[in-house]
Order: sequence, then structure tokens, then C-alpha cells
Amino acid sequence: MPTTSRYARDVAVVAFAQSDHRRRSDELSEVEMVMPVLHQVLDQTGLKAGEIGFTCSGSSDYLAGRAFSFTMTLDGVGAWPPISESHVEMDGAWALYEAWVKIQTGEADTALVYSYGKSSPGSVRDVLTRQLDPYYLAPLWPDSVALAALQAQALIDAGETDEAALAAIAARSRTAAEANPHAQLRGGAVEQGDYQVRPLRTGDCPPIGDGVAAVVLAAGDTARRLCARPAWITGIDHRIEAHGLGLRDLTDSPSTRIAAEHAGVFDAPVDTAELHAPFSSQEVVLRKALRLDGDDVAVNPSGGALAANPVMAAGLIRIGEAAARIHRGESDRAVAHATSGPCLQQNLVAVLEGEPA
Amino acid sequence: MTAASPPEVLRAPLVVEFPFTRSLGPVQSAFLTGLRERVVLGVKTADGKVMVPPVEYDPVTAEEIRELVEVGATGTVTTWAWNGSPRPGQPLGTPFAWVLVRLDGADTAILHALDAPGPEAVRTGMRVRIRWAGERTGAITDIACFEPHDAEATEQATPHDGQFADAVTGIVAAARLDYTYSPGRSQTAYINALADRRTVGERCPSCHKVYVPPRGACPTCGVATTDQVEVGPAGTVTTYCIVNIKAKNLDIEVPYVYAHIALDGADLALHGRIGGIPYDQVRMGLRVEPVWTEGGRHPDHYRPTGEPDADYDAYKELI
Amino acid sequence: MTGTGKEPVAVVGIGQTKHVAARHDVSIAGLVREAALRALADAELTWADIDAVVIGKAPDFFEGVMMPELYLADALGAVGKPMLRVHTAGSVGGSTALVASNLVAARVHRTVLTLAFEKQSESNAMWGLSLPVPFQQPLLAGAGGFFAPHVRAYMRRTGAPDTVGSLVAYKDRRNALKNPYAHLHEHDITLEKVQASPMLWDPIRYSETCPSSDGACAMILTDRAGAARSPRPPAWVHGGAMRSEPTLFAGKDFVSPQAGKDCAADVYRQAGITDPRREIDAVEMYVPFSWYEPMWLENLGFAAEGEGWKLTEAGVTELDGDLPVNPSGGVLSTNPIGASGMIRFAEAALQVRGLAGEHQVPDARRAMGHAYGGGAQFFAMWLVGTEPPAS
Repeated sequence: MPTTSRYARDVAVVAFAQSDHRRRSDELSEVEMVMPVLHQVLDQTGLKAGEIGFTCSGSSDYLAGRAFSFTMTLDGVGAWPPISESHVEMDGAWALYEAWVKIQTGEADTALVYSYGKSSPGSVRDVLTRQLDPYYLAPLWPDSVALAALQAQALIDAGETDEAALAAIAARSRTAAEANPHAQLRGGAVEQGDYQVRPLRTGDCPPIGDGVAAVVLAAGDTARRLCARPAWITGIDHRIEAHGLGLRDLTDSPSTRIAAEHAGVFDAPVDTAELHAPFSSQEVVLRKALRLDGDDVAVNPSGGALAANPVMAAGLIRIGEAAARIHRGESDRAVAHATSGPCLQQNLVAVLEGEPA
Repeated sequence: MTAASPPEVLRAPLVVEFPFTRSLGPVQSAFLTGLRERVVLGVKTADGKVMVPPVEYDPVTAEEIRELVEVGATGTVTTWAWNGSPRPGQPLGTPFAWVLVRLDGADTAILHALDAPGPEAVRTGMRVRIRWAGERTGAITDIACFEPHDAEATEQATPHDGQFADAVTGIVAAARLDYTYSPGRSQTAYINALADRRTVGERCPSCHKVYVPPRGACPTCGVATTDQVEVGPAGTVTTYCIVNIKAKNLDIEVPYVYAHIALDGADLALHGRIGGIPYDQVRMGLRVEPVWTEGGRHPDHYRPTGEPDADYDAYKELI
Repeated sequence: MTGTGKEPVAVVGIGQTKHVAARHDVSIAGLVREAALRALADAELTWADIDAVVIGKAPDFFEGVMMPELYLADALGAVGKPMLRVHTAGSVGGSTALVASNLVAARVHRTVLTLAFEKQSESNAMWGLSLPVPFQQPLLAGAGGFFAPHVRAYMRRTGAPDTVGSLVAYKDRRNALKNPYAHLHEHDITLEKVQASPMLWDPIRYSETCPSSDGACAMILTDRAGAARSPRPPAWVHGGAMRSEPTLFAGKDFVSPQAGKDCAADVYRQAGITDPRREIDAVEMYVPFSWYEPMWLENLGFAAEGEGWKLTEAGVTELDGDLPVNPSGGVLSTNPIGASGMIRFAEAALQVRGLAGEHQVPDARRAMGHAYGGGAQFFAMWLVGTEPPAS
């Protein structure tokens, strides 16, 4: 049993699958990219699509360049007979949250969650400018790397990091990714490179690429039946901050801290942290908010978003990677984090726990 | 038969472009009109903080805030980032620094560009001032950028009624994004076959239904459709409407008939225009065949074959 | 465990904007605020009372803002709180309300603000809906051309006379005159005018199509304790469900999609409804083109297959009929796309709260809200009542 149960039902991640993340996937449509991952995640549980109680996905029309792009991806699920299903225009971590809530109501015992993003068709740095305040910010086209660089400089000015420390985060992440066959960028030899937007160098930025992730959630005894060592979600919460960068302290992430408190992160030590920090500097902010200051926590053992960052899926992958470590017996208590919006505007935190062996 | 070795990947540009018309509301209207007049306005929260640029709602209390104040056109950099390779649409075409600037009299910072000779000339805490655009329309780009300016902060926020002659109430925000679209394996095979004026669908290995156009997955079984099946060329009009209104960007004389057509051998209908018959004589069950024109990727339209109409029961599941 | 079974969910606050073709006087934030503030005022609550915000809208291209909830967080009092953004095509307003309702039912939050909007005047819906996709054959017929062939298929299947569509439009536009928030207020409407309006996509006439609106709708959902403090009568959620089926598939029934039938059946099961025609007092259904009223009457089980048009023709769905449909004037009178589903849910709640004003159905005790979208593939519905749910 999980050590804490603040909710009506015990819910666990019982399966996780992801694609190999790649710079381009022109030979595949979105559904052709998604479907094999759905099959893999269902195969892990032995469930068929029709046996799933609730399905929820996350994706972005703007990334695809087409309205209603998710409606065609539903083809890969096999939604017949009709299924109980929903979609968020957010990272899949929030689709998982919606599915978790659905299971908490008792209306479903299992859920299939998936998300995907193809950044290759467009210029994701420019596409993400369309997320910004349409009156004061978007007309200036400040791209995602520029905004992260403003945050990084604020951290350097505050004495919280420096370029060498950021390079070390990048190198550690890509070295860890050597053990991750799905990662797009791996190996300690990945160069830091030149400045993209100073102080961030190429190595401080995430690779741009396409990818898919999928998770199966299950409640109580169903979870135990489907998985030898379920990764129980003992806490999950998400919070948002003000939109304007000039209104926020960019060196801090109060929304992550509040979410972590509500999720019970600080109730007991964690041994693993999967943080959705697309930029090396953002790991600094998140470590502070989540109080991950020692070396006793494995931070982003998958390589994190610096090794693969399929937009709209990278947050769900953090939850999946943390859960997979619990499934494999490599972790007993892990924190997973997902982010959305410029400079960590919105953050989700989940605590995953395995039962003692 | 099964799919042959993968054909060359198809790609084509996809441009998403629109001039969005944005209405501003009172606070944003005052701010942007002010910029046109080289006046920078902020808004005061209940606890006395001055927000520049002015927000419509207090980010802490969510209360509406409307008390406008004027602040200086000079300020202090609170953080910066050197942009060595400006991207399309950004304020300057030459290398510049992105900056957050707290204008004199303000408690929050505004994002914009700083024109400086190089990164060594920029630091947090440096003093800057607004360089106004020569032609101003009431938009955030009326601030061309910031520029270095060595002078101590003196100005305080002073009350302002936000009233200007000929206030700007809206902006036109043109936005263009360029994508490269590639349709994927299944549709690529379909499109390539169309070049030979053949319509090739795919059969689901599980339920054996034939999908035209194929979309990569059988949507009811959730498995890849792989077996290619040529269908048509003739088919049956399963249902239709008569279009009496000219659609934008479509050079077709109205009225015309827009129909669902189940090609022989396909298990669902595709869409097409019916020609070669007066529009008011088209009917459900009409047998039709494609008419191709030189250079057209898809059939230009479908025309009657002259066969007897199909029986309703033969196509009622294919509508 | 903090409780057994689902927490009953109550609607205690409802707000909408006056829907119009273009709200030139407000920003996007200003538009959504207006609906949210009215919902808070109705519930006599403040921003501090809200635990979480769930927002929905149709494609981001409509306003040209990607994930606009990020920019709207401040305006919706969400700073420091959870905020979710739902997008399920045209059904999104309904789905959004159901996601919010589940947060309360699961006892994750006690009081939730849910809101949906569209500011169509920022761009052009047809542009947003028909972004050209390379290699694909363009839709050759405009918005109504997608729906009109399905209407013809319905007429062929049921033998409905071609006069029925005009009856629906005439009814809904008259109902809209009693709803101060409705977009279209055609004071000089007559059946003859509807029948004489141009045939755009035969069999759909101009007057049988929905307008394009700027508007927002918001609701405050809360638990039993919150409902007990409510200054006005709450509407209780007796059942809610979403169902999806693929966009296009071999054997798909566009006239009466299986997902719609299954969704309604699930809602009725939850609410203990066995005879919807008799047990439900008012229906707000998503009717973007007039003929969808008889089609949905059958799909939702209010009429036997092939018989829906007879209810419409007999006046059963009129405001004073025994199954009033769209007393608010419906989507035919008001269509801020992303909000249209939530308006259906909210109007159903207004009916059972007895707060629908001039378009109130007398003694409405159970009402249904219905939304659908995509290629008639996504369905969201709820059933609300004056009394708390039995279990």
C-alpha cells in the first residue's frame, strides 16, 4: 500500500511507453507515429482499447499547424464502440491529471493517457511565441530560448548558478541519457556549443524533435493485477503563475512549490526526480522549489528534456520515466514534474511510490 | 498484396497566416494610445504597486484595476539576454539584447529589445531609455527598442486620466507561421497513385473494411491499414447538397452539387463535386465516375456514368 | 479515504456575456472576465472562494493565441491555483463543465470556476476551420456544406417533409427574443420570412444556420456544503458523460451517431431516467443547423427512430410544448463556438434553478444539456435537477 492516501482511491501508473524521439519524422503522419506507442503500452497490461475505462490525450493544434489535429489521431485508438474520452490542449501530464480525477470519481477503473508532438513541421521557437500575451508580447516575437535566457541571466545575477554549472547540468543529463534508448541526444560528448541566446548555449537548450508518450493508469486491485509493482500516485497537484515575466521572480517557482506541498513531496524523502526542465537553467529553479539540494536524489536519470523534448509529451514522459523506475524496482519514492508556458509559468508535480519489496 | 518499399516522402509548405483584429479594452487602449503619444502609462494596484505595462487585472487579487499613472521613458534593466541572431518579426534586425526594464516610477518590468553594440555593453542594472519608433500607430512596437542612457532615475509615477484624442481601440496583429507538411506513409501512397489517376485505398487487416482515402489507421480497430486496394473508378452518390453560395477562394459557378460518393469497393464515401448533369437532377443513388483535368491532383468532378441508379439498400450504410 | 461514492455536485453560479457579432470594447480577458464575474455574483462568492479554474475553447487559431489560458490566468484569478484547458472540438463547452464537475465529484476541489469562450471577431471561423492542408482536396462547400448532406440523408431515411427545418428556426429565434443574452434578436421574425430566406446549401436555408458570435459563459460548481450556503437555488448534477467515436469510419451513422446514443444512455442510467420524453422537462441541445433538432431528438431517445420530426412538427418542442427544446434560443441564435456547449449546460441549469426569466419552462425539475462536435464524433451531456441526486 502507498504510505499516504489523501484521496478516495489508490491510483497507479501501471504501464508506460514512448517512441524513439527524433529530429524529424516526415515519413509518418501523427497517427502513424502515435499508434505503435498505444499498442506497446496496452500490450504491457494485456488490456485492449475497449477494456479501458477512460481515455485522455494532450496535444496542440498550433504545433501541428492544423485545427482539430487531435481528432485524426484518435484513429489510432480504435474508438469503436464509442469510448469515454477527452482531450486537453496541454502537455499530456495534464491529460494524466484529468484521467486521474476521472478514476477518483469512481466512474473508471483504468485510463489510457497519451500525448504527442511533432515540432519538425514548423519552427517551434517561433510557434511558441504565439503562447504569449497577444497585445504586449506576441507582436515582438520573443522566442522560447530568448525568454529562458532572460531567466538564466537572472539566476546568474542572483548568484544561483553560472555558465559552468549550467554546462555541468547539460553534460550530466546527456550522460544519463546514454542508458535511455529513446533519447534524441545522448552521450557526455555532446558539445555545449555557441551561444543561442546568451547566456544559454546550444547545450543548455533542448533538442527539437518529434515524439509520443503513453501511460496506463489503474485503481486499487486492478493496478495490482496489471502490474507487478505499480507506481502509486500518492500525490498530484498543479498550479499556475502570473503570465507577465516582469511580474514574476524568474529565479523562483512558487507554483512548483505550492503544487509540491499539495502533492506531499516534502512528507518524506524522494530517491528520484524527473524534472521537466527544457533548459539547463530551469533545473536550477526547480531543484530549489522542490528542495532537491543533495546528491542523494537521482535527478533526471532518463536524461530529461535536455535529452528529448517532444513538446506536449515531454511532461508526461517525466511521469512515465519516474513510474518506470518504480516498476523496475530502481526507485521507491519519486517526484515527477511537468511544465507549461514561458519560463515555467505552469507546473504539475506528482509523487509516485512503490510498495516495499 | 502488401505495401511496397516506402516511397519518397512528400513535403509541401503550409503557411498559417492571418491578420488578427484585436480589441483592447480600456486599460490596454490607454497604454497603446499613450505610446503613440510618447507617454508611458502604468496602472496602480490596490496596495500601491505600479504595473508597467499596465495589466487589466491584479495578478494577486484578480481585482479589476483602472487607476492609471504616467511613468518615465527611462528605466533600469532587471535582466537581459544577448540575441546574436534576430529572428523574423523581432524588434531589431541586427544583434540586440532582450531586456526586462523597470521604468522609472514602475514596480514591474516590461519586455523589449535593447540596441547595444555588443553583449559586453549590457549588464543588469544599466540605465536605458525608450527609443520611439518614427511612425507610431498605437502598438507595443511604437517602442522601437531601448537604448543605453546614462542618467539617474528621477521620475515618479504621476496620475493620468488615460484620455487621449482619437484613442486606439484595436490593433491588427498579423501573424505568419511557416510549416512543412508531410502527409505520412499511408496518404503518400494514396497521393502517388492519384498521379496515375488511380484511387488506391487500404484495407484493415482486422475488420477488412477498405478506407479511401487511407489515413494510416483503421479508426475502429486502431491498427495500421496496410493492404492496398484499388477502388472505383465509378461510384454511387450516397447523399449531397446543392451549394448556392460562393465559398471564398473557390472558383466554381453556383449552384453546383457537392456529394458524398462511395467508390465501388470502398467502405465509406469521399467527397466531390458532381458535374455533367443539371444540378437539380442529381439524386441519391446516381452512378458517377471521375473526370480528371490536366494537372489536377484530384478528380475535377464526377459525372454520371449512365448506369441505372443504385438501390438505396445497396449504399445506405455508406453515407 | 475521505468519503464513499461521488460527492454530489451543484451549480450555484451562472454568468454569460451578451453575445454579439463583435465585442469591440473588450480584450479577450475582458470578455471572459465579464462571464466569470457574473457567475461569481450569482453565487455571491469572490475570487478567493475559487479552488481551481477549468477553461475550454475551440481551436486556438480562432483567436490566434496558442493555449490562451496561459495569458488568461491573471484575469481569471487563477494565479497560485490549478488551471486546466480542455479542447474537444465543438463539444468543448460541455466537456469543460464535466471536467470541472468531476473535480468536485472526486473531492479533489470544493468549488471550481468553469468557463468557455470564443471571440470569433478576432479572426474568421471559416479561416480557422479550413486551413489549407497540402495534397488534400479542399472542402468544396463552406461550413453548411459539411452538414447539409447529412440532413438530406435524414430526410431520405425518415420521410420528413422539407418544412420541418424552418419550424425549428422560427421557434428558436422567437425563444431568443425572451433571452436577453442571445445574439440574434429578430423582432420581426415570421415563419414566412424563414421559409423565404435563401437556400444556401440545399436543404439548409440561411435562416436555419447559426450566427458567429463573441461570447463567454461561466459556471461555479461546488459540493454539498457549498450548495448549502448558496443564496439562490442550486442545480444538482444527476448525470454527466462524454463519448467519442472516430471522425470518419466505415459504417458511421452521421444522422444518429452511436456515440450520441451511448452518451445519453449513460447519463440516463446515472440519473435513473427510464423514459426521457416523460421525465425530462427541458432540453438545451446543440443545434447548429435547424434540422439537427429532429435528428438529436431521435439520437437522445426522446423519439423513436424516424419520428423526431413529428415532435417538432406537432409543437412539442415549443417553449409551451411538453418537451421544450432550446428555450434560450439555442445555437441557432447564439454561437460563440467554444462556449456554445457550456451555454447549453448552463441554460439547462438555469431552468431547474427557476432563474431562466422570460424563457423559463414552468416547473422544470429535470433538464438536459447537450453538446457535440468534430465530425459528429464528440458528445458531452449532463442532466441537472432541482433536488440533490438520490445516491
